[in-house]
Amino acid sequence: MKLTGAQILIQTLIEQGVTDVFGYPGGQVINIYDALYEYKDKINHVLTAHEQGAAHAADGYSRATGKVGVCIATSGPGATNLVTGIATAMLDSIPMVAITGNVPCSLIGKDSFQEIDITGVTLPITKHNYFVNKIEDLADTLREAFSIAKSGRPGPVLVDIPKDVQVAQYEYEPQPVVEKIPLPKVKESLIDEAVKLISEAKKPYIYVGGGAAGLGMGADIVAFAEKIDAAIGCSFMGLSAVPQDNERFLGMQGMHGHYASSMSQNEADLILAVGVRFSDRATGNVAKFAKKSRIIQLDPDSAEVNKNVRVDLGLVGDVEDSFKRIAQKCEEQNHPEWLVRVEELKKEEKQFEEEIAAASTASLTPKQVFEIINDLKKPDTVIATDVGQHQMWTAQYVEFDGPRRFVSSGGLGTMGFGLGAAMGAYVATKDPVVLITGDGSFGMNLNELATAVTYKIPVVIVLMNNGVLGMVRQWQTLFFGKRYSNTVLTRKTDFVKLAESFGAEGYLAETPVEFKRAFEKAIESGKPVVIDTRIDKDEFVLPMLPPGGAISDIITKVK
Amino acid sequence: MENKNFVIAVYVDNKSGVLTRVTAMFTRRGFNIDALTVGETEHSEYSRITISMRGDDYVKEQLINQLKKLYVVKKVEVLEDEPIKRELMLIKVRNQSENRSDIMTAVDVFRASVIDYSTEGMCIEVTGNPSKIDAFVKLMQPFGILEMCRTGIVALDRGTVTLLDK
Repeated sequence: MKLTGAQILIQTLIEQGVTDVFGYPGGQVINIYDALYEYKDKINHVLTAHEQGAAHAADGYSRATGKVGVCIATSGPGATNLVTGIATAMLDSIPMVAITGNVPCSLIGKDSFQEIDITGVTLPITKHNYFVNKIEDLADTLREAFSIAKSGRPGPVLVDIPKDVQVAQYEYEPQPVVEKIPLPKVKESLIDEAVKLISEAKKPYIYVGGGAAGLGMGADIVAFAEKIDAAIGCSFMGLSAVPQDNERFLGMQGMHGHYASSMSQNEADLILAVGVRFSDRATGNVAKFAKKSRIIQLDPDSAEVNKNVRVDLGLVGDVEDSFKRIAQKCEEQNHPEWLVRVEELKKEEKQFEEEIAAASTASLTPKQVFEIINDLKKPDTVIATDVGQHQMWTAQYVEFDGPRRFVSSGGLGTMGFGLGAAMGAYVATKDPVVLITGDGSFGMNLNELATAVTYKIPVVIVLMNNGVLGMVRQWQTLFFGKRYSNTVLTRKTDFVKLAESFGAEGYLAETPVEFKRAFEKAIESGKPVVIDTRIDKDEFVLPMLPPGGAISDIITKVK
Repeated sequence: MENKNFVIAVYVDNKSGVLTRVTAMFTRRGFNIDALTVGETEHSEYSRITISMRGDDYVKEQLINQLKKLYVVKKVEVLEDEPIKRELMLIKVRNQSENRSDIMTAVDVFRASVIDYSTEGMCIEVTGNPSKIDAFVKLMQPFGILEMCRTGIVALDRGTVTLLDK
């Protein structure tokens, strides 16, 4: 059957299993939007307030489900507004397909109205990208885009489609959903080598990353940790991969990680790293990172092995398969001394956490906020965050309801990510969604509140309002002699009224009792709600490894 | 780790924008290229990029792995064991009567050839190993180099095994 390029695009999206897309119309995508109108029974389009919100929504959609998120924007500014969202997905290996329109081929390269070389712009922030200048290539290019986005180490792919290709007609034949390209299986000799290293270990530590979270390997990891008597820690991106109530699980390690997790990693004699990339925020000074440990790294991406940290053994290929084979071949082990040491570290952690809590004189502390959220949140709640102190507190305190229930920008650290991503997660799952944000981050993309209201997305927004850019302020306090340059927000925004003016609900909470009441009401309201949650501007995220520091530099209290 | 010179051969799709993807990766990862050449191959769908650079084993390993990640790259190989390397240079030197015979002797010894000649200057073509070209440039310096242009190296492994076979 002969269809226009725009129709082929939408048909191919439907064919590839896409049910929801996020986007914003414009001059060079009118044809695509016309086709969306035609297929509106088969594909749901969410109109965001800004293209950046659409990109973050597609990202959140993917994080909450593992499906490929799709966003659409017009040429020029529409396309460049996607950039931060695409980069966010790239740094966290999130599968996404971004579709942009462009000026007709005859106007390409002439600095035409709203023309931008978006494949050039997004070259370093996409896994791959395409400029489709022939209608006959369109459907297959899109299929390839989906295949690349979800295969191996996932990532964003951009497909730029000039207007004349959208208009041109060509034969369209439906094809099945493209499968993930299988990763190579690791050689048996390498598996044996891993088993040997593990069997020689006395203090094993399984280090879980975003790769493992994406594959839903939590149960396998716990079972294996029990078999070899290992501790489990995770990177920021690995949070929610492993059930947190397991006593072996020590939480996130790294710059703001749990003390016991970072310390155990430092003391371990074997680290089995599963789908992590040893980011600088996770390792601190690499020259001093885990010096007593042998490291085995399982990753689909060969370029991640030995990139940031030299490892003793890199197993590149199908991570799940390698892990299972290692787990099967390993003998049972017992390391009571190691576990006693880990328990000691946990006690130390608890002790200074209590000291911090006791030192606070604020009427509402972050810890209290998170305790209430943990108590009251409904099962299967997706927790999304923005970036800053609130994000690290979320990582430290929240009890996540399982894999894909934590949606947060790790690698790029994108302030303004949260609201769009939370909406995407809701559209994908229809599960309860709570956004933890700060007044700084929320200010960046709060326009998406309009979208949440329009589409009746009942996102509960816990806005931890301290009137400052807290994370930068924390650095200024610790490392810049309290010179608070441009981090004090002397704004007059009334967030309750702001929420109401958007058609959402707004509550103010200044004490634990008020917050509890507000949160209870919010999760039952079925509407988007902003809870203006007032916290002190000098709350700190602790512990903290200073940037570029070693574990011995860990800061556990601020004088 | 010790810095070494090495040559990498890359088969890439013969399409527009491919060279950008390869060189952009070098920029993004902070690798420096000494020389780079691109040309057609025995297969019309592929081009061959030959990259000559310096670095330690870490750089070499990272570079190969990062190149392999690009979807336009079909094959990457470090050419070990002294591959056959050739470079071509065109060099324009001042032609002064007192130097003429010295220049012509050098041309003769280096098996170069004069391809343009006037009473003021001459243009010489030299082909060979990059070190030979370097030596020729050094030799011409006292006579006055007006302009020069080097292609960067092309390289092939010795023997009958091809890159795509490997």
